[in-house]
Amino acid sequence: MSHYEAPIRTPLILGDKSYQDISNDIAAPIEGKANKWWWSVFIIALIAFLWGIGAIVYTIGTGIGVWGLNNKINWAWDITNFVWWIGIGHAGTLISAVLLLFRQKWRMGINRSAEAMTIFAVFQAGLFPIIHMGRVWNGYWTMPIPNQFGTLWTNFNSPLLWDVFAISTYLSVSVVFWYTGLLPDFAMIRDRATKPFQKKIYNMVSFGWSGTAKDWQRFEEVSLVLAGLATPLVLSVHTIVSFDFATSVIPGWHSTVYPPYFVAGAVFSGFAMVQTLLIIMRKVSNLEDYITRDHIENMNKVILVTGGIVMVAYMSEFFIGWYSGSSYEDFTYLSVGAATGPYWWAFWALILCNGVFPQLLWIKKLRRNFTFSFIMAAIINTGMWFERFDIIVINLSRGHLPSTWTQFSPTFVDIGIFVGTIGFFFVLFLLYARTFPVVAQAEIKSILKSSGDQFKRARDAK
Amino acid sequence: MSNKVIHAIYDDDDVLLKAIKDVRDANHQIEEVFTPFPVHGLEKAMGIANTRIAITAFIYGLMGLGFAVWMMNYMMIVDWPQNIGGKPSFSYAENMPAFVPIMFELTVFFSAHLMVITFYLRSKIGPFVKAKNPDPRTTSHLFLMEVIVDSDENKLVDLLTNTGAIETKIVEKH
Repeated sequence: MSHYEAPIRTPLILGDKSYQDISNDIAAPIEGKANKWWWSVFIIALIAFLWGIGAIVYTIGTGIGVWGLNNKINWAWDITNFVWWIGIGHAGTLISAVLLLFRQKWRMGINRSAEAMTIFAVFQAGLFPIIHMGRVWNGYWTMPIPNQFGTLWTNFNSPLLWDVFAISTYLSVSVVFWYTGLLPDFAMIRDRATKPFQKKIYNMVSFGWSGTAKDWQRFEEVSLVLAGLATPLVLSVHTIVSFDFATSVIPGWHSTVYPPYFVAGAVFSGFAMVQTLLIIMRKVSNLEDYITRDHIENMNKVILVTGGIVMVAYMSEFFIGWYSGSSYEDFTYLSVGAATGPYWWAFWALILCNGVFPQLLWIKKLRRNFTFSFIMAAIINTGMWFERFDIIVINLSRGHLPSTWTQFSPTFVDIGIFVGTIGFFFVLFLLYARTFPVVAQAEIKSILKSSGDQFKRARDAK
Repeated sequence: MSNKVIHAIYDDDDVLLKAIKDVRDANHQIEEVFTPFPVHGLEKAMGIANTRIAITAFIYGLMGLGFAVWMMNYMMIVDWPQNIGGKPSFSYAENMPAFVPIMFELTVFFSAHLMVITFYLRSKIGPFVKAKNPDPRTTSHLFLMEVIVDSDENKLVDLLTNTGAIETKIVEKH
């Protein structure tokens, strides 16, 4: 059997690894003890999470009047955070599904964590529409089920209902995709576990995976078909999120460019979040041999491309807004009015963080630098939050009736819920990093001979 | 026929593939092979038929699409037609553009979930199922071939050792 891979491709697994070394490396964070660093971040995240729970309880107990919303700006941080989180989620599916279809082997080092990030981010996203209902106990009204109001069904013409279907499909399919991929890796942990309790737990979660030839054949087919299904799914989800705005008649929202532009923006911000998590994780969990500098560079390249798409969308919106000569277009979120109006700071935060600074990634030295990539990822995540803030708040702050023009200022509850979701996200991710095999080790082993450092060296030396 | 099988353990996937070929050429029956990762060409070497799970996914997808059409037609057209934003509510076809997103989502939903459930059922995996791999090392770094002992067992052990097995063990299977 040939394991040939072009010499021009850099190795994806560094260090002279054997199959057993890979098992040992991936199992190490689970079998070892958490260090002080893990505990301190975990406690900070937990406090933020608890603060968020407090803010959510206060909101539900009192009503959403405790937020900074007003008559004109009736959507603000909640939907901003919702779109931000759901966008972040997109990178995981892109890495695990789209890159699988394109046979990009470098995804194997990072897909597990990226998908975990997807699922945890979609959890956070899902919280916001539910909290925003005010009467959360009526949340089941979004389901098309027979109810006590005669036969009043949900409205299938509404993009908000499309969202319910899109996000629940996305979340559940992502979970299944992730979990099926986890089975062989859980089985590996199970078979080497020495503590009885640990063995019991991993036996249960590994679903009795034994790795027979037929199982693997089905496993690979299922992964491929799920990737094929998840690819249009991930594109559809952010498209439908953009419909929430694009099908409305608010100037600035009513825009046909939204679907592709939202999808590109989602991948852009998602990859930035993957960078943030993985640059830390490779160090903390000693995964430098699996998540290499080349992985970081490849992700930076995706960031550069999607950032470019987003920038082109900004420019076309800005140009068409100006070119139309319509006075309404002069107060949309990409216009001269926005750049010089009361929200100038939000406008420029968007342009600088998403458009200007990421251009530095054209420089090879910078995009191969861990510290720089980490800082850039933080900048992009800030920028993408501002994008959604701008779309929602700037567009709503002006309208057809000038006497209603107003501004939005968040209350401590708005801030508390947002910070709380960040805390919740990190709580989940940190727990995951201690209990799950964070690299898809079975897949990594299958490319060891083609992309492992020592195998490549031996082949090239011939 | 005896219930004896030999567990031959290999430490390399290429050696394993060659061994499978040799063992089959020698007319021995390979009962099962356990590997820690998907070895490419394994099912071909063992002569396992292609899986039909992708076909089921397609059928499940059609079911999802059909369900979505039926559900929305019943709720929006038949049971309680509403005039929403002046959009026509008299027939499904006229109102269909607004229903496309959910038709798509339910197609994916049915296809993905039912396919995965089919996979779990067919491979007999699920919570509380006991793992069948005879050696715990086969989920980590070793490969195990289970061959039925149908003739002289010493000869078979020799054959397996010659193909590169690092361990062989004769097991009574029930």
